[in-house]
Amino acid sequence: MAVTVSIPTILRTHTGGEKSVEAAGGTVLEVIDDLEAKHGGLKARLVKDGSLHRFVNVYVNDEDVRFSGGLAAQVSDGDSVTILPAVAGGMR
Amino acid sequence: MLRIRRDLVDAIWAHARRDHPDEACGVIAGPERAPVPERHIPMENAERSPTFYRFDSMEQLKVWREMDQNDEVPVVIYHSHTATEAYPSRTDVSYAAEPDAHYVLVSTREPENTEFRSYRIVDGVITEEPVEVVESYMFTHTGADDVPDRD
Repeated sequence: MAVTVSIPTILRTHTGGEKSVEAAGGTVLEVIDDLEAKHGGLKARLVKDGSLHRFVNVYVNDEDVRFSGGLAAQVSDGDSVTILPAVAGGMR
Repeated sequence: MLRIRRDLVDAIWAHARRDHPDEACGVIAGPERAPVPERHIPMENAERSPTFYRFDSMEQLKVWREMDQNDEVPVVIYHSHTATEAYPSRTDVSYAAEPDAHYVLVSTREPENTEFRSYRIVDGVITEEPVEVVESYMFTHTGADDVPDRD
């Protein structure tokens, strides 16, 4: 199943500068694995110890996958997946 | 160097003081082609914490899409420190993911403090940069090189 994945500036070094790439998969993890096969190095930036890296937000359409199953969240044909860097910090 | 309009500096201060003692955070968007800070977008601190901030992920998606549609980029990403100096913490550096952004920090630890500082954070390296506050982005160049030749 084909989905469109929007790639943030910081990760475009892995996609040859492309803002948006195609990938396939029925879950977020499968989409990430497919991305990794085509654009090596992406997975390590997105997944850590089997779950979504705290430095990134991943959305399926308008849904933050942290609230809808994480890496197991379902993805359907034609969905759009958006990756954004989490913007956070603190005094320590 | 960060050149920024005074009204935007004032807006960041107003937001930081309003949310004190929690950390305040937000973005100033600007055109991708000529990235100067133009549009102030105060963001919700989803953590509502005096020691941590995080953009609300749904608000961030909405704002990032808007910027994308307007051909804008996050020129400035700012937040406040409410008990420490306006210098990026280890956590700030670990999250910094916009190599082209100016990371602005203000400190509200003392009411009269006016520390407003800007940094580039690239690959974990912090570089402080000077901040020039201007009334307007027009008419502030004085060098002859900036005057275009007439046809």
